[in-house]
Amino acid sequence: MNLSMKWLADYVNVDVPIKDYCHALTMSGSKVECYETEGKGILNIVVGKILSVVPHENSDHLVVCQVEVGKDSPVQIVTGASNVNAGDIVPVALDGSTLPNGIKIKKGKLRGVESNGMLCSLGELGLDKRDFPYAIEDGIFIMQEDCKIGQDICSAIGLNDTSVEFEITSNRPDCLSVIGLARETAATYNLPLNVKAPEYKGVEGDINEFLKIEIKNAEKCRRYCAGIVKNVKIEPSPRWMRERLRASGVRPINNFVDITNYVMLEYGQPMHAFDLRYVEGSKINIRNAVNGEKIVTLDGIERELADDMLVIADEKKPVAVAGIMGGEYSGIMEDTTTVVFESAYFEPSQVRCTSKKLRLKSDACARYEKGVDPFISMICLKRAFELVEELGAGEVLNTVIDCDYLDYDKKNTVEFDSKWINEFLGTEIPEADMIDYLNRLGFEIADGKVIVPSFRIDIECRADIAEEVARIYGYNNIPSTDFRGVAKAEFTSEQKFVRTLRDTAVSLGGYEITTYSFVSPKYFDKIRLPENSKLRKTVKIVNPLGEDTSVMRTSTIPSMLDVLSFNYNNRNEKACLFEISKEYLPVDEKRNYAPDEANLVNNGKPRHEYEYQLPDEPQRLTIGMYGGETDFYVIKGMTEQIFAEINISGVEYVRAETCEVFDEKYALHPGRSAVILKDGRHLGIIGEIHPEVQENYGIDVKTYVAKLNIPELMECAENKITYRPLPKFPATTRDLSLIVDDEIPVAELEKAIRKAVGKILEKITLFDVYKGKQIEEGKKSVSYSISMRSHEGTLTDEQADSAMKKALKALADIGAELRA
Amino acid sequence: MKEQLEKIEVQAKQELESCSEIKMLDDLRIKFLGKKGELTAILKQMGKLSPEERPVIGQLANKVRADIESAVNSKLSALRANAQAFRLKEETIDITLPGRTAPFGKLHPLTKVENEIREIFMGMGFDIADGPEIDDDYHVFEALNLPPDHPARDTQDTFYIDGTDETILLRTQTSSVQVHVMETQKPPIRIISPGRVFRSDAVDATHSPLFHQIEGLVIDKGIRMSDLKGTLEMLMKKLYGNDCKLRFRPHHFPFTEPSCEVDISCFNCGGKGCSMCKDEGYIELLGAGMVHPKVLENCGIDSTVYSGFAFGLGLERMVMGRYDINDLRLLYENDVRFLEQF
Repeated sequence: MNLSMKWLADYVNVDVPIKDYCHALTMSGSKVECYETEGKGILNIVVGKILSVVPHENSDHLVVCQVEVGKDSPVQIVTGASNVNAGDIVPVALDGSTLPNGIKIKKGKLRGVESNGMLCSLGELGLDKRDFPYAIEDGIFIMQEDCKIGQDICSAIGLNDTSVEFEITSNRPDCLSVIGLARETAATYNLPLNVKAPEYKGVEGDINEFLKIEIKNAEKCRRYCAGIVKNVKIEPSPRWMRERLRASGVRPINNFVDITNYVMLEYGQPMHAFDLRYVEGSKINIRNAVNGEKIVTLDGIERELADDMLVIADEKKPVAVAGIMGGEYSGIMEDTTTVVFESAYFEPSQVRCTSKKLRLKSDACARYEKGVDPFISMICLKRAFELVEELGAGEVLNTVIDCDYLDYDKKNTVEFDSKWINEFLGTEIPEADMIDYLNRLGFEIADGKVIVPSFRIDIECRADIAEEVARIYGYNNIPSTDFRGVAKAEFTSEQKFVRTLRDTAVSLGGYEITTYSFVSPKYFDKIRLPENSKLRKTVKIVNPLGEDTSVMRTSTIPSMLDVLSFNYNNRNEKACLFEISKEYLPVDEKRNYAPDEANLVNNGKPRHEYEYQLPDEPQRLTIGMYGGETDFYVIKGMTEQIFAEINISGVEYVRAETCEVFDEKYALHPGRSAVILKDGRHLGIIGEIHPEVQENYGIDVKTYVAKLNIPELMECAENKITYRPLPKFPATTRDLSLIVDDEIPVAELEKAIRKAVGKILEKITLFDVYKGKQIEEGKKSVSYSISMRSHEGTLTDEQADSAMKKALKALADIGAELRA
Repeated sequence: MKEQLEKIEVQAKQELESCSEIKMLDDLRIKFLGKKGELTAILKQMGKLSPEERPVIGQLANKVRADIESAVNSKLSALRANAQAFRLKEETIDITLPGRTAPFGKLHPLTKVENEIREIFMGMGFDIADGPEIDDDYHVFEALNLPPDHPARDTQDTFYIDGTDETILLRTQTSSVQVHVMETQKPPIRIISPGRVFRSDAVDATHSPLFHQIEGLVIDKGIRMSDLKGTLEMLMKKLYGNDCKLRFRPHHFPFTEPSCEVDISCFNCGGKGCSMCKDEGYIELLGAGMVHPKVLENCGIDSTVYSGFAFGLGLERMVMGRYDINDLRLLYENDVRFLEQF
């Protein structure tokens, strides 16, 4: 809402610097976005009178003017305009002046003749023909205003208003009006608000001879007032009206359209004016549209209507969509002679739904859909008539039609309890002050109740009254207190666990990243998912911003790959990243909802549920890296250290190919990837990115990712750490170098050793794997250092040798021999 | 014999003088003082001396031995000190060469600031609650006093989930967690809930379709609006220092009444007005208010007995303010050169 300060002055006499005004209104609840002073850029442009016009000695198209500008002597100005004559009153930009577009005017010579300024057109003043309809578009602005020679141009043409832009929240449609904001201003500054009832004389005549009106749906249209103006004269409205409309951001059109806009801006009541000629059958029905019925609205677009929409119709066709926009063919034309004014009250939800369905917005709809004051329809009709008479735009009939289904007995009242308000706000505001604040805002207090004025559709309960008191008292005058009661906060076990994971990942060199939860469905192909992969079943967004953010991710790995690719392409040599975030997995079954004990909330109300189930949102720890010394074992080492920190032991790394759980395996190198298992639970997947996927993401170096499922990690993590006594007896160490088939994973050798050596085994350390010279083709040499220790006594050589013997026998069973 | 002893002493001292290595010093010790050394050889001849001479020479011999021993020892100390000084000099390094670091990662700036805020609130007894990011219309809107045709829904630019008749959606605000908490917990309630929220805003320097909020909720008997002010002021002073000032402005949210927006004195100019705060002196920080009685009732809490306050702060804005980050996109691009700075 743009408020003209000149207009505001009609209703409240507030005389403070504009910056202070904006701050005060913001702090009392009407937030000012910005303000703009008209003609701000204009400097040193004055009203001048052309004394003489003579041809330029060196030019055919230039003329030399002597212009009186209120100084001792006239100034000489050369112009190329052809529409100036002696005696014309014109805007003159003097030497050293500035135009609104920032251009500076300086004296100079034009083809050898001195010119001490410039005569201005409307455009050069930042105006157009709508502001001064009598002026011509391409020529000097020949003024017909009442002004003095030498007067500043801004004051001469009324270009000196200040427009304040308010951000009005959806609960305060009453402030989408000059009077509404005047009321807020008066309440803020404790000044009187001067609103007088509109009056008009009218001419004798019975409106029923012109028009019949019937409301067919009184639920959706509770009031419809109409009046007639005959013998109308369609012309531009006067300057003061055009100025105010302009300052309010509304384009002046003609006197009748301007009057409807003027009343809407002033009172917040949308008005509609239409040409009686086009009301077929001279009858107006307010009815529901018929399915498939069509109307071309004022914006020139044909719209198909449905039976849940309300229209203003004549006997044959709709002439307007109720509360939103008129039809193209019923509007005011140059030759209109009789005008019907409408001022009505439509149900907010009705207007809102129709506007949403038609995707059609207007200033009228913006007010109706939030709720206008139902009781001002007639007042506003009268205001329109008052203006018609003031503008001499036609003859107003002294009879009106008022179809009124409002309930006048139903008063909106709310309990007034000053003690409660002070307790609720934490203040000690005297009751008399509260009553004063409320009165200023238009509330009345009687019998312990607040009577809510009809324009305040947002007031329903005592908390609303508390807010009214608080905002006039000043939010910043409310003290700051500590609230009562004590509480002790604790992390949940899950929050603690996630924090440990995060801290561990950081301590292992991971940089934490944050990525979007939604991704492009293109990622399915980018990570080589087969057509039937379950990861392709996603939670989709109906109205995404674009394809890139249109599905909720079913795997966090593509998000990680995007970031790795971004870093790689930004020439970052290496990266080690991690993210703790969610996947979104659709749940198929619809809910079979039956209210039972478990489904009751605190007060025994059933919990609100829908047929559709919410997706699962499991948390994942995703790791990704490339560059430097990175290889499979680096990322594997990182996962191993994480397992150690969260106390998970005995995990197995199994070739990913064989796994049915993680379809991300298709994104990984089949020979360099693994799923991580613990007691049959799938903890995660890890590996090198498949060369094809690497290419798809534009990364030219080997890249590694791991994804760990946090819920599964939590299930496996041992919470309890038990101290093991430090050894009392020395350890005995034996080294073993083995020759074994290349295909046999070292994990199998370890398993065999572990089982054979038994309880005295302390640690197996693999210190070398060798293939090549001296080793038979297809075999590898694997070397271990095996440390044994007993808690009962120092191991003898015999005990250690016997354990090694058992180990070698077990190893022989899987084809491993001692290296010669 | 006396002359012999004196000669040995002189000779020993001379040889010690010219000795420059610890190894040589050992040889000298053996040569003069050893069992087969020169002094011993002389002393073996003591038997030949007259009883009168014996004590005199004996005394002299002992003195010579002690002198030589002491000379050897002091030479040894000197040589050791030399050797150590030489070694220390030899081992001198360029201490301006860079250190060798172990790999160490970084938390994302969003996490860092979130952690700070969590800690402050946990210190005030707030638990941390989580809620679903994909939620239903009831929890995100309806229970929060935003019925289906409420005009305030327009400002929320919601993403809806396909195939759910617009009943399931991406939460536009963490306020939905208020409802989940109030449905399952009885007052007193004190929680904060950090998390992701989603709005249909195209990406630019200050907008993102995904961002983070931290919701706060306190419900108990006798909770006042002044408590809300006190709590937020405490938070901001802890985050931004004692000099920062808060400004409370009336506003409208359907789920709070009274509602307010809270501004903080400009990080740049401290309240005087500059280009960063558009000459306002203040920067908009968060929305808050007293929980609307309808919201309490919707969640099964008696609004005539209990009252409470709620607030929702935008984490991105706080992070950007804290680190002078001027483009929101940096937070989601995750360039390591950006991440390593925090």
